[in-house]
Amino acid sequence: MVGPSSSHTAGACRLGLLARGLIGGTPQSGLLQLHGSFARTGEGHGTDKALVGGLLGFRPDDERIREALQIAEREGLDYKFEKVTIADAAHPNTVRINVELNGKKATMLGSSLGAGRIMVQEIDGYPVEVTGNLHTIVLVAEDRKGSIARITGILAEHDINIATLRLSRKERGGDAFMVIECDEEPDKKAGEELRALDWVRWTRRLPKVSGG
Amino acid sequence: MYKALADAIKDAERDKKSLAQVALAAESRDQGRPVEDIRAALQRALDVMRSAIEKGLVGDLYSASGLVGGDAAKLRTSAKGPLAQTPFRDILTRALAVQEVNAAMGVIVAAPTAGGAGVLPAILTGLAKAKSVSDEKVVDGLATAGLIGAVVAERASLSGAEGGCQAETGAAAGMAAGAATEMLGGTPSQVGHAVALTMQGMLGLVCDPLGGLVELPCVFRNATGAAIALAGIEMALAGITFAIPVDEVIDVMGEIGREMDVRYRETAGGGLAATPTGRRLAKERLYQIKRADA
Repeated sequence: MVGPSSSHTAGACRLGLLARGLIGGTPQSGLLQLHGSFARTGEGHGTDKALVGGLLGFRPDDERIREALQIAEREGLDYKFEKVTIADAAHPNTVRINVELNGKKATMLGSSLGAGRIMVQEIDGYPVEVTGNLHTIVLVAEDRKGSIARITGILAEHDINIATLRLSRKERGGDAFMVIECDEEPDKKAGEELRALDWVRWTRRLPKVSGG
Repeated sequence: MYKALADAIKDAERDKKSLAQVALAAESRDQGRPVEDIRAALQRALDVMRSAIEKGLVGDLYSASGLVGGDAAKLRTSAKGPLAQTPFRDILTRALAVQEVNAAMGVIVAAPTAGGAGVLPAILTGLAKAKSVSDEKVVDGLATAGLIGAVVAERASLSGAEGGCQAETGAAAGMAAGAATEMLGGTPSQVGHAVALTMQGMLGLVCDPLGGLVELPCVFRNATGAAIALAGIEMALAGITFAIPVDEVIDVMGEIGREMDVRYRETAGGGLAATPTGRRLAKERLYQIKRADA
């Protein structure tokens, strides 16, 4: 990785990479709202460069992170930083990233936990827990019988092995949240087939951003 | 992966294996990748560590704030001091070198974090050179270090913001001591004692860098952390044991971290960062960074 801090630089870069993954490319605009230690000490740690570097698709060991702000201007990524208080209890290294590419928008709330580990807590307002250690699909579906079988069936047809699957719901018959971690990268077509199910309200694919 | 070093040591003793072999087998199972793949990744990490040391020894790198830099080269060339021309001096120099590269936003291997990234490469590559240890054995050392780091992450913390510097350079020193002890022929049980003997000397260490930047005292704390790790290695290889089991030492590091006031957890609110000079330097240098970026 590029220094100087695994939490403020490498972790920040991974959060940027995940936000980029949500819209499938370098965003045209990015609003980065920094909370806590990210807001207070981010500049000296290169957190700003690392987040923008992640949005540009740079991995944590890419030395171009040092010039990420200048490269963003050349590549037409219009970024803006804000210092905010997200919640008093939020992790000290937290950022909300709002990105847009050709009208496709996404919002992600995530934290850098130390030693480069990250946790995404919210995507488009939906609560999730995504670590970026594996390729991940998140989706919200109607709570109905057979939904898991249909979803896992689609993934199997695309030769994707499920590593972990977490399912939760607020109430019987309410929205069901699913976080599916996969050993293989789910292709665009698998994502489209899931989205095409009329009882799936919302789904996103997130890339694997850590590990060798 | 293991949640207690005692379990890994027990498995290694039962199967007459090294902790490195036990760690590689566990990682291979967890990741579903062959051991050779993991060894190749560790070899790449070792190459990055060596290249960071080389870059840092030149002495032409300075951090964005200018607070640190050029000191590894001073230690490399100085003929003064009781440790001149010893492996001990070489290891201290290597630790400074990696941290100076880190502070200058160069490429390093987080071990376990960027702030503590100098200790492990300094100890392993320095001792490998002094004792003519093969790369294969150094890669084994990295696997053992990874096992120790994973247990510390599980039981305590690897984050200065959560547990103070004891969780960063303290964990790094423990990882380095255990790895080097095995690399130099120590038994799995001696590895456990090396980690305990080292980490007991880092307990309570606060995270208090000026302006919250990973520069001062982080660069120097990697050198002093390496010195404490060398003491742990030396004692463990002599057969000295530590009465408190290593997992309990790690647990107490976590407990001290949780009790530590927030001023001492990477917030620049206490310790060296809050001294009159610390505050003044941070203010001047942060202003300088902003101006340079604008």
